[in-house]
Amino acid sequence: MSSVVEEGKTYEPGTYPDLPPPPSTVGIVGWVRENLLSSTTNIVITVLTLYFLWVILPPSINWLFLNAVFEGASRDECRAIMREAGASGACWAFIGHRFELFVYGFYPVEERWRVDLSFILMLAAIVPVLWDKTPQRGKMMIGSALAPFVIGWLLIGGFGLETVPTDKFGGFMLTLVIGVTGIVGSLPLGIALALGRQSHLPALRIVCVVFIEFIRGVPLITLLFVASTMLNYFLPPGTTFDLLLRVLIMVTLFAAAYLAEVVRGGLQAIPKGQIEAADAMGLKYWQSMRLIILPQALKISIPGIVNTFIGLYKDTTLVIIIGLFDPLGVGRASLADTKWQGLSTEVYVFVAIFFFVSCIAMSRYSLYLEKKLHTGH
Amino acid sequence: MSTPEAEVSPETSDTSKMQVSDEVVIRIKDMHKWYGAFHVLKNINLEVNRGERIVICGPSGSGKSTMIRCINRLEEHQQGDIIVDDVELTNDLKNIDAIRREVGMVFQHFNLFPHLTVLENCALAPIWVKQQPRAEAEATAMKYLERVKIPEQADKFPGQLSGGQQQRVAIARSLCMNPRIMLFDEPTSALDPEMIKEVLDVMIELAQEGMTMLCVTHEMGFAKTVANRVIFMDGGEIIEQNEPHEFFDNPQHERTQLFLSQILAH
Repeated sequence: MSSVVEEGKTYEPGTYPDLPPPPSTVGIVGWVRENLLSSTTNIVITVLTLYFLWVILPPSINWLFLNAVFEGASRDECRAIMREAGASGACWAFIGHRFELFVYGFYPVEERWRVDLSFILMLAAIVPVLWDKTPQRGKMMIGSALAPFVIGWLLIGGFGLETVPTDKFGGFMLTLVIGVTGIVGSLPLGIALALGRQSHLPALRIVCVVFIEFIRGVPLITLLFVASTMLNYFLPPGTTFDLLLRVLIMVTLFAAAYLAEVVRGGLQAIPKGQIEAADAMGLKYWQSMRLIILPQALKISIPGIVNTFIGLYKDTTLVIIIGLFDPLGVGRASLADTKWQGLSTEVYVFVAIFFFVSCIAMSRYSLYLEKKLHTGH
Repeated sequence: MSTPEAEVSPETSDTSKMQVSDEVVIRIKDMHKWYGAFHVLKNINLEVNRGERIVICGPSGSGKSTMIRCINRLEEHQQGDIIVDDVELTNDLKNIDAIRREVGMVFQHFNLFPHLTVLENCALAPIWVKQQPRAEAEATAMKYLERVKIPEQADKFPGQLSGGQQQRVAIARSLCMNPRIMLFDEPTSALDPEMIKEVLDVMIELAQEGMTMLCVTHEMGFAKTVANRVIFMDGGEIIEQNEPHEFFDNPQHERTQLFLSQILAH
């Protein structure tokens, strides 16, 4: 073997030092060369992307922010201001006027602090669930488990608070109530259905399969109509059953059926040896599931689970069809106001931004979780 | 087959301390098993005394893994009796649990839990099955990890270890339950040649301490060093069993001779 020569230096075999990489491959310059300009195709794509951004971004920013009117009492005022400036943009004054309606629906004004408090409680309850470094996580989790009941009491009332009928619920608050209840309720139910579908007890298995296939085979809107009309036929005469509660049940069942299939996919990906090892060590069925199988199966299923959650969250807008005032319902009602006619773009963009922010948060969190739970190679 | 006897270190091949008692710990009587219509195990009769080290060999598909998996009910037998430590293996979950507490098992593909650290893998069953306090279970786990010579890997995840290290963790994990019988299902078949020795060394030490072992393996060097009985299976039957010397030097059955000539000649 001969010695290696680099820049005139000679090293004995086995003593060659670690050299830094060439400057053109590191730092910002390196990143740009590597990722944006590495080949002809890449250069073409980069240029096209920049052109596309140039076409899309400036007008959007102008419409959304720079030329937008934030204050005014009617659409005509908005128009007048824009005419003066010689530009056209969004009339956010409309949203500003209707903001409370968008957030609280028809919830009584003097009771709205209860919605605000519920929202804060919900955030506080979510932290220990989503973030495993929460101090005193065990104790905090007990609080999280109790939070839904407190929130339910705050929103509906009774026991010392004035009762607010659920048909006063509306706007983003309604979206959150349906979305969060659906998510919290459907995950355990979906897991149970997935396990049931894999059970070796035929009766249990058949019940789960029939349930999943039925719910998946029927559009959500149909289920919501069933919830709003048909359920009365099945219930004893004279029973009144809150419409929102029926919707919550239907949305939860619907999402649970989808989740069950997502989780089943995860369960099937776990090698048989895992359950055999757990069995051989004497763990009971539920212990093996809870400690060994589900943590792994759910980890694999995270993208699918979050996908289902996002779908559920957006599908809450379908309740408009059975007469509940979700943000779209509020928006449509607001557009009927003669003072503000013709501003549907603003309304739908505003609602879209709300949903987009919620959904992107879920999606980002799922990525963080996947990364955190990655343990092997 | 990679079975040079040189792989077994001379200092660990001292078999004088290995004692076999008269107490029968596993009794399999007229046992049959079918997979659907396929008769996989035919009329198995086997008695294992405490302290015995039994190596089970045979061509693939001969039912050797299935047989030892019947002993801790990973597979169900349809006819005959299996009695482990005076507990009969029936559909009674209590009996199955009792037997699984006494019987440890090591698998060909390790079957470590990839989402738990090495230490958590080892401490899991003592905590949940034996209701030991966590600190005690972890101390026991460290003791056994030291015995298999990888205490420094305790906080790593299985995916970060080599195959040989993973299999040693799997052995330590079984030992944490303090079993009286150990089943090994081809423990070295999935390992690179240079890792086989580190696993076999651990198994040899275990044998020298008097553990009752049933081991499905093709490591004939291991069989010669520690086994006091070698069982040859083919077509779901026990064809021949003998002490290692006789088994290798003087196989009685034609099929045994054929099998041995195939695995030893290369």
